[in-house]
Amino acid sequence: MTDVKELIQGKIKTFGNNRTALMPILQAIVEDKNHLDEEDMIEVADALDISTADVYGTATFYTFLDTIPRGKYVIRVCKTISCHMAGKDEIFDTLKDVLKIKEGETTPDKKFTLLIANCMGWCHKGPVMLVNDDIYTELTKEKVIDIINEYQEK
Amino acid sequence: MGKFEVNLKINDLPVTIEEGTTILDAAQKLNFRIPTLCHHPDLCVAGNCRVCVVEQTGAKTLPAACATPVAEGMEIFTNSAKVRQARKHVVELLLSEHKSECTSCYKNGKCELQELAIEYRISEDTFLKLVEEKGYTIDDLSPAIIKDDSKCIRCQRCVRTCTQIQSISALAVINKGDEQKIATFLDKPMHSVVCTNCGQCVSHCPTGALVEKNYIDQVWDVINDPNLHVVVQTAPAVRIGLGEELELSPGDRVTGKMVAALRRLGFNSVLDTDFSADLTIMEEGTELLTRLKKALVDKDESVKLPMTTSCSPGWIKFIEHKYPEYLDNVSTCKSPQQMFGALAKTFYAEKKGLKAEKVVSVSIMPCTAKKYEADRPEMRDSGYKDVDYVLTTRELAAMVRQAGMDFSALENENYDSIMGKSTGAAVIFGSTGGVMEAALRTAYEIVTGREVPFENLNIMPVRGLKGVKEAKVKIENVKPEWGFLEGVELSCAIAHGLANAKILMDKVKAGEADYHFIEIMACPGGCLGGGGQPMPVSDKIRQKRMDAIYQEDESLEFRKSHENAEVQAIYKEFLGEPLGHKSHELLHTTYKKRKKY
Amino acid sequence: MDAKKLNKVDLIFDQEGCNALEVLDKALECTPDDIINDMIDSGLKGRGGAGFPTGLKWKFTRAEDDPVKYVICNADEGEPGTFKDREILDKVPAKVFTGMAIAAHAIGAKKGFIYVRAEYRFMRKTLQKQVDEFNQILKDKGHDFHIELRWGSGAYVCGEESALFESMEGKRGEPRNKPPYPTKNGYLNKPTVINNVETLVYATMIFRMGPSEFNKLGTADSCGSKVFSVSGDTNNPGIYELEMGLHVNDFVDEFGDGDTKAVQIGGAAGFCVPRKNFNNLVIGFEGIPTGGSMMLFNSTRSMYNVLHDYLEFFTEESCGNCTPCRVGCQQLLKGIEAVKSGGKSPSYLDDLKSLAKTMRTSSKCGLGQSVANPFISIIDNFKEEIIY
Ligand SMILES: Cc1cc2nc3c(=O)[nH]c(=O)nc-3n(C[C@H](O)[C@H](O)[C@H](O)COP(=O)(O)O)c2cc1C
Ligand code: SF4
Ligand code: SF4
Ligand code: SF4
Ligand code: SF4
Ligand code: FES
Ligand code: FES
Repeated sequence: MTDVKELIQGKIKTFGNNRTALMPILQAIVEDKNHLDEEDMIEVADALDISTADVYGTATFYTFLDTIPRGKYVIRVCKTISCHMAGKDEIFDTLKDVLKIKEGETTPDKKFTLLIANCMGWCHKGPVMLVNDDIYTELTKEKVIDIINEYQEK
Repeated sequence: MGKFEVNLKINDLPVTIEEGTTILDAAQKLNFRIPTLCHHPDLCVAGNCRVCVVEQTGAKTLPAACATPVAEGMEIFTNSAKVRQARKHVVELLLSEHKSECTSCYKNGKCELQELAIEYRISEDTFLKLVEEKGYTIDDLSPAIIKDDSKCIRCQRCVRTCTQIQSISALAVINKGDEQKIATFLDKPMHSVVCTNCGQCVSHCPTGALVEKNYIDQVWDVINDPNLHVVVQTAPAVRIGLGEELELSPGDRVTGKMVAALRRLGFNSVLDTDFSADLTIMEEGTELLTRLKKALVDKDESVKLPMTTSCSPGWIKFIEHKYPEYLDNVSTCKSPQQMFGALAKTFYAEKKGLKAEKVVSVSIMPCTAKKYEADRPEMRDSGYKDVDYVLTTRELAAMVRQAGMDFSALENENYDSIMGKSTGAAVIFGSTGGVMEAALRTAYEIVTGREVPFENLNIMPVRGLKGVKEAKVKIENVKPEWGFLEGVELSCAIAHGLANAKILMDKVKAGEADYHFIEIMACPGGCLGGGGQPMPVSDKIRQKRMDAIYQEDESLEFRKSHENAEVQAIYKEFLGEPLGHKSHELLHTTYKKRKKY
Repeated sequence: MDAKKLNKVDLIFDQEGCNALEVLDKALECTPDDIINDMIDSGLKGRGGAGFPTGLKWKFTRAEDDPVKYVICNADEGEPGTFKDREILDKVPAKVFTGMAIAAHAIGAKKGFIYVRAEYRFMRKTLQKQVDEFNQILKDKGHDFHIELRWGSGAYVCGEESALFESMEGKRGEPRNKPPYPTKNGYLNKPTVINNVETLVYATMIFRMGPSEFNKLGTADSCGSKVFSVSGDTNNPGIYELEMGLHVNDFVDEFGDGDTKAVQIGGAAGFCVPRKNFNNLVIGFEGIPTGGSMMLFNSTRSMYNVLHDYLEFFTEESCGNCTPCRVGCQQLLKGIEAVKSGGKSPSYLDDLKSLAKTMRTSSKCGLGQSVANPFISIIDNFKEEIIY
């Protein structure tokens, strides 16, 4: 984990010391530690001279800018119609079984968080899921188990 | 820049109006009222409630009148069948997401949502109630403000107020979709975040979602307790605001009626914050002169200039959070409310032969931050809570109504004594620039022995609704003991509304200002536009209240604080001298640094 | 109607026939007015959904007297059932960048941005590299234009142009009031051309083939071709470039699984066309417009579930700013649930339809305004499936 202050300053250098830097900063923090905590948001507010409520309000607008702790690997299963028809329910149930958590929860070892999300732009290859930035398409029960196993070992 | 005119038709009537005007204002010009909720004359356009939609010939959608500028040749209908249906739907939708309990709601009868529901004859059950699933919460932990999300219609007036008028953004919109709502940082209770308790969000909220915490029942209880002696003090701006809340018009001066009403409510003694405002001028004026002497003559580096006023508790909390490095610049004087409170349970109790613990002090304030101020642990110098209950102008009006009084028919009455006398200088505390003017009237005279060199004592440069005002007063031909001020040009600045305070403080911080004395009021217009004043509010209304304040000032026999006979007496009998030992003990205070974010 | 037969076209993904950089050289030699005239002549309309004539958009932006202007490529692609912009950015990025550079030249912009949805972050490294290379080429050519990448963070509504600007400005992605339009007040309140990924590639292609060639394709109202994203009950899911203005019927013949009962054209925000109308509707601006999403449903599918999915999507993805959309979406969703469970009588669907119409007229942006499209078209055609 990088120091949040450094991270913020780095982004400010690229994007400027104004509000247009906010999204890149928040994205970088989330990429680094998978969520934004209170201190992070205070740091950001301080650096850009905006209110903490504003930072929080902006972050909570965006699904990917989590303000609650997440696991190392955030799994997002597409629930929208094409994937729904292609069998996302089975995929989701499999994940719940394998990880022994429910929607929105994180495994006790803080490795995985299981979320449902809206269409991810792979509707012709549903069901699909994202694990952090990586996309997995045309999922089957077996494929999902393999993928999770791989991540377990990482 | 040249302004162009635009011709359009509204409900078949032609109107010519300046380019850039909204349909809403154009309709207003023709006396067509279009209902609004998110629109507020103080705030930028939001266009989110959609209750102001109108029909435009040729357009597929119904534009929002508040957010759409007029265009040449437009044909607008403000009350077509389509428009009525859409508006009805909008109000029905808002109600479906809202916990309707008007009979027990604090805003009942004063609620813009309720008014619209009545106007459009809304039946509650057109759509499903969504309230149960929302898990709404009520935050009543602050001594000043209650935030009830179940009453919120997401008009964002509070958010825009806190951002634009106050530059704080303690409130923000969070989440999206069905989970969108108004919240503080991490949805913490309001008392625990960077909020000044100014109540501007309250006085801009159209519904019961943000209201002052009211202490009406507690005050009835103490009034009804025969063992207690209840004194009440009334802030300067209440006398020019209360009428509005009781069916009179903005700018109606109701000092005498207010006193009569308070007496009828059963307060044992009806006294005046204006008395302690005069006292404040004696203390603060002396403090300023002392600071100037130390800085200019003794070259004492520990003395901080510019000195800022301290009567606005919203401002105090703001500077504690945002500019803590300037806390030494703030006058150590308590606000008039708190000076009064400290004296009520000491000087007053003594004079009246009362036990301090039997004295209850109630204050009527145009302000919600005063509720918080009275709760500060520093405010117990009498050995008790100096001010027990703070009611807003609106709460007092509610009590008057509850008591069944016909307010406008009341005969004028006078304040009780002691601590009931005041001067015009105290009255103008209620307006932005007023403390400055009052201080100048006294300080100038102390130093030179002459009245301030402004016609009829009216220091016009410090008056008015301009956000930041500056004035310079040249001090000449001083009395010998003030020789060090000879020729000094006293440089003053005034800001009202914390967004303006920020502008001013940033200027000071950047070293771009050479002010000696700064007056800051947290609310726009000063206390007359306080968060506890009647609603609605706009600059037009503020101006009327302001005019009333200065009329009140001119109507009084004494208009300089040092001429207040009771103030002179209290120094003689009790306090000794301004900034004396007793003053320090009772009338001055300290501040503390708070977290910035 | 001069509807077209199904005709597969290969303009967008064609690598051979089009060297983007050659096109760029050619374009940079033209005057801005020539470029804009060509774009107008081509009849190209925006491929992001709204279908505004691209040439006019450029023209209006060029006419604004401001030294700072922007070109933005909208790659937020969030419409359920759409996935072509990802493919385009993946396969022919240089054509997208070239389109941006042409637009920039036409309007006088020095800076461009590509706003890509968070879900496509796996492309980040490659895309960044390609952008860097392209910027270098521009620099070498002495052309004062520079492209930067910006990333979304998971909000469908940020595809709406003014919400996208807000998001880039570091705010909540809430759409703005219009007017003013982006051509005047766009990103940072500067005149801005914002175009869909696909639109920009067509701009490049129009330069390569000439406006009249492009114009020959399609119909009067829907010139050229378009990339379709085909999903649902089909044996050939995927991405297809087809000539515009074809009949739904021809489309179903090609892509249906033989049992197609409805096609949802234009994604969740689009229209549901039932079998009985396949024959008399054209896909295009004169008929059913689409940003490319084509979802097929066969007779095993419950249209209640389809509508429920869409409404859930809108309920969550509404920015929440305006009343008709924020609360309306919730009411429509809960409403059909209540009708289904018997909590509300079937006639309640009429109240909901009336509400949907208000959402269409009174919502602040295209999201809320288009919820009525799927809602009314599905209720009208599949009422029984909703009730029972
Ligand atoms: C809710 C909503 C979502 C949208 N999403 C996208 C999108 O993902 N991509 C896109 O290009 N346009 C999207 N649009 C349309 C844009 O607002 C805009 O019209 C478009 O980017 C203009 O480009 P074009 O003229 O090339 O189509 C969306 C509109 C709305 C109302
Ligand atoms: S906020 Fe208004 S409508 Fe709601 S319960 Fe209170 S008075 Fe009634
Ligand atoms: S009381 Fe004042 S500072 Fe606090 S949230 Fe309301 S407007 Fe903002
Ligand atoms: S709290 Fe009041 S002012 Fe704020 S959004 Fe809700 S209803 Fe509007
Ligand atoms: S229509 Fe929906 S998405 Fe658009 S502004 Fe309104 S609430 Fe937001
Ligand atoms: S529906 Fe799942 S990716 Fe589009
Ligand atoms: S008053 Fe116009 S949209 Fe709210």
